[in-house]
Amino acid sequence: MSTNVERYTHTAIALHWLIALLIFIAFPLGLYMSDLKLSPTKLQLFSYHKWIGVTVFLLAVGRIVWRATHRPPALPDSIPRLQQFASHIVHGFLYALLFAVPISGWLMSSAKGFKTVLFGIIPLPDLLEKDKELGKLLEIVHQSLNYFLLLLVVLHVAALIKHRFIDRDDVLTRMLPGGKHA
Amino acid sequence: MIYLKEIMLFLGLLLISCHSSALEFKQVQTSESTVTFDYKQMGVPLNGKFNKFSAQVAFDPAKLATAQARLDIEVASIDTGSADGDDAVVGKLWFNAKSFPAASFISTGLKSLGGNRYEAMGKLSVKGKTLDVVAPVTFQANGNRGVFDGGFTIKRLDYAIGEGEWTDLGTVANEIPIKFHIVVNATPGKK
Repeated sequence: MSTNVERYTHTAIALHWLIALLIFIAFPLGLYMSDLKLSPTKLQLFSYHKWIGVTVFLLAVGRIVWRATHRPPALPDSIPRLQQFASHIVHGFLYALLFAVPISGWLMSSAKGFKTVLFGIIPLPDLLEKDKELGKLLEIVHQSLNYFLLLLVVLHVAALIKHRFIDRDDVLTRMLPGGKHA
Repeated sequence: MIYLKEIMLFLGLLLISCHSSALEFKQVQTSESTVTFDYKQMGVPLNGKFNKFSAQVAFDPAKLATAQARLDIEVASIDTGSADGDDAVVGKLWFNAKSFPAASFISTGLKSLGGNRYEAMGKLSVKGKTLDVVAPVTFQANGNRGVFDGGFTIKRLDYAIGEGEWTDLGTVANEIPIKFHIVVNATPGKK
């Protein structure tokens, strides 16, 4: 194993793990809160879920802007072309979902008649009028996108396990915090 | 001085004739009227309305002292803007609609604030509790049709609207602004 692996920048690494952490909170929270009986806790959890979602969206904007201006390290040549292609596809969808999932949640919330107010302070505009049927449809869209995200995260993690323990290459190291930036 | 009596009589008659030509607004058009409210949950502004209510109004702009208004609201007809909310708020912790099916406002007085602006005083009864409220009201008359627009803000905990875990004001704010828009048609006054 090379010890002089080219890594993502510290900023990209920080954004990656922060977004990952927030998604790992927001996803089960979303599953859990939906079935709760109405209570102050439910209202709080919904708000927290939405605040996390908006935060993920904002961080994702930062991530994309950073990526556009800071070229990520190329995949090692040891990885076959087809695998590289698959990796780009999965990463592309993951990036897209960092936007699509929060946006679908925001639109769903508007259609259901609940404005999104970030941290209870900053109101986001409602892009949609209140519309019950549309709200139900967007709920399905939001859920479906989330399950798609879950599927991709599973693939993402499976790939890194494969690279770490089967291929024994350094692709994971590129995104691990703590190391020296090449 | 000789004519003083006559003058007084004339003025008196004039006053009465003024009154009798004034319109008394008392036919409430419920279908055109609304009772709405705003509320805040986790900083999110929401609004709702009551679909069923009845109102009695007797209002003659020239005889404020005898003006009367009464509003009876069927609390179970509430529309909070979410089905989840509608089911919950008729329950015991909120309105307890089974034991207290109606909320009412009964006027105790009306004061002119100049122009078409008034101040209505009255007693608001919700969930077995009665408190005084004061509501600024405007009255706009267009021929036989009169429209009252007004509102006041209650603190929900004053009426125990939201008990137990719902007394938490961080989740659902205490202040509930209530607005009413009451359309009343006039019948020519007879007194």
